[in-house]
Amino acid sequence: MEPTIFAQGLRKYYGDVPALDGFDLTVPAGTVCALLGPNGAGKTTAVRIFSTLLRPDAGRAEVAGCDVTARAAEVRRRIGLVGQHAAIDEILSGRQNLELFGRLYHLGRRGARNRADELLERFGLADSGGNAVSTYSGGMRRRLDVASSLILAPSVLFLDEPTTGLDPRGRAEVWDMVRQLVNTGTTVLLTTQYLDEADQLAGQIAVLNSGRVIAEGTPDKLKARIGGDRIEIVVDEGQDLAVAGAALAAVAGGRLEIDTRCRRLSAPVADRRRALYDAVRALDVAGVRTEDVAIRRPTLDDVFLHLTGQSREESLA
Amino acid sequence: MSGPVGAARWALLDAVAITGRDISHWVRRPLPVVVTLLFPVMTVVLFGYLLGGAIDVPGAGNYFDYLLPGMFALTMAFGVEATMLAVITDAAKGVTDRFRSMPMASSAVVVGRCSADMLSSALGLLVLVGCGLAVGWRWHEGWAAAVAAVGLLLLLRLALLWLGIYLGLLSKDPGAVIAVQILVWPLGFLSSAFVSPQTMPGWLGAIADWNPLSATANAARELFGNPGWGGDSWMAEHSVLMAVVWPLVLIAVFAPLSVRRYQRLSR
Ligand SMILES: Nc1ncnc2c1ncn2[C@@H]1O[C@H](COP(=O)(O)OP(=O)(O)OP(=O)(O)O)[C@@H](O)[C@H]1O
Ligand SMILES: [Mg+2]
Repeated sequence: MEPTIFAQGLRKYYGDVPALDGFDLTVPAGTVCALLGPNGAGKTTAVRIFSTLLRPDAGRAEVAGCDVTARAAEVRRRIGLVGQHAAIDEILSGRQNLELFGRLYHLGRRGARNRADELLERFGLADSGGNAVSTYSGGMRRRLDVASSLILAPSVLFLDEPTTGLDPRGRAEVWDMVRQLVNTGTTVLLTTQYLDEADQLAGQIAVLNSGRVIAEGTPDKLKARIGGDRIEIVVDEGQDLAVAGAALAAVAGGRLEIDTRCRRLSAPVADRRRALYDAVRALDVAGVRTEDVAIRRPTLDDVFLHLTGQSREESLA
Repeated sequence: MSGPVGAARWALLDAVAITGRDISHWVRRPLPVVVTLLFPVMTVVLFGYLLGGAIDVPGAGNYFDYLLPGMFALTMAFGVEATMLAVITDAAKGVTDRFRSMPMASSAVVVGRCSADMLSSALGLLVLVGCGLAVGWRWHEGWAAAVAAVGLLLLLRLALLWLGIYLGLLSKDPGAVIAVQILVWPLGFLSSAFVSPQTMPGWLGAIADWNPLSATANAARELFGNPGWGGDSWMAEHSVLMAVVWPLVLIAVFAPLSVRRYQRLSR
């Protein structure tokens, strides 16, 4: 299938600092791709190039079959952009914002008003639509921001860290919205710092570090590469470590890691639900008293540790 | 709809929408508007009644007759900071980026900014004219000349608007607006707005002579039939000409600079 978002050898420098340094990406139509990376990886820079706000210094980028520099106007007709920071007029009300953007999308006065009503309703802002945006909470602003970028029902949507700063409910709402959009055929490129979020939403994850993609694939493939879920046990007494290790080895596959100082054991597991149940039973049978038993999902830190051999903090330092 | 006519029509509709946005701002937040409208009135009262008695302008009987055209010109300069603040706020809040990522006419942002600011300045001028009439200022050369004077004042505003847009695009920091807010005052004092340049030391008087504010203020005095600053310098004698030339020069410099700066946002 024709890729909807395509980049080859993108480079962008700020002075001597490379923000993108040979960035390649291919996203097929109708799919969700997550750009996963720590602060300063170049996520925003990539999104700004795709959404025609920034010219690359080198390389090629296409959105919906149009080159982003040569045919910027056509790209703009097909995209929606939710930037990292809400881009809305603080003085106007939510409704006025949507009506203004609707008119600028050439829906006409009446069309813009109707579209604003629909979107306010859909994003749970119908009651506060008349209030000034400066009185909105962070989550309400984010929803209005997302609504503003959906006025034309874009075929490609860019979301730059759409859930950063939202509470769990707000995150769940954004996730639902992304899933709904994908059901209607929209192609989505989202950036995030959370592996968990990429895992929930994306069919394809590209891990970005220092301006280039260092790993790419489906969430499962990527997680398999870094070892997937792990079970972690903290025992009450240090002398129980050996017994606990034996019990755990019987139920969890793979290499066991033992941290004697913290009285902690961990091992990779294939089936998270089964593993927890089995481990608790095995430990009980072996008579080991535990302080903590948990299944831990890999985090962005684990991904980094695995892919670059250094943790995020180290790579930033 | 397509073709150049369609594109022009959309550009116009976009500009109307952007202008409407500013008008909605005024309705939702009237306080800054009211302050902007009343501040020049306060200045007129302050200078006219408190200081006017001590100020002697050669050839001018009533100080208000001299002061008001000066205040009209200075009020046009006050607009620079309003324009600048609007440009900086939009950039800081990401609104500029949203506009740039939309399929709207890129000229509309600027044209809309212009028409909104010109509208508010025309309103400010109207209020100040009302205030002038209340304190005894009059025009004496008939309606046509008075309208021409207002036209020259608004031309100065249009020129300073481009300066404001350029400064707004240049600085990312709202603090810069405060600097401009303060710098407008020496610019105002170093002109014929309040006193005649003839009363200043030679070199300062020469600067005041060449100040674009002086040209417009004096042209307005001439067209309103108010006492001028009484100088016999070339600038004083050709103030109407200079009140056209100066703004055109400013526009010729700052309009292309602003457009270039706007395009460079994608660098
Ligand atoms: N306007 C700018 N001027 C100078 N350097 C910049 C600018 N914008 C970004 N950079 C630099 O480019 C690099 C990539 O920045 P970018 O904003 O794309 O990262 P990011 O992945 O979006 O980070 P974050 O998670 O913090 O949003 C960083 O090193 C940053 O310091
Ligand atoms: Mg970012």
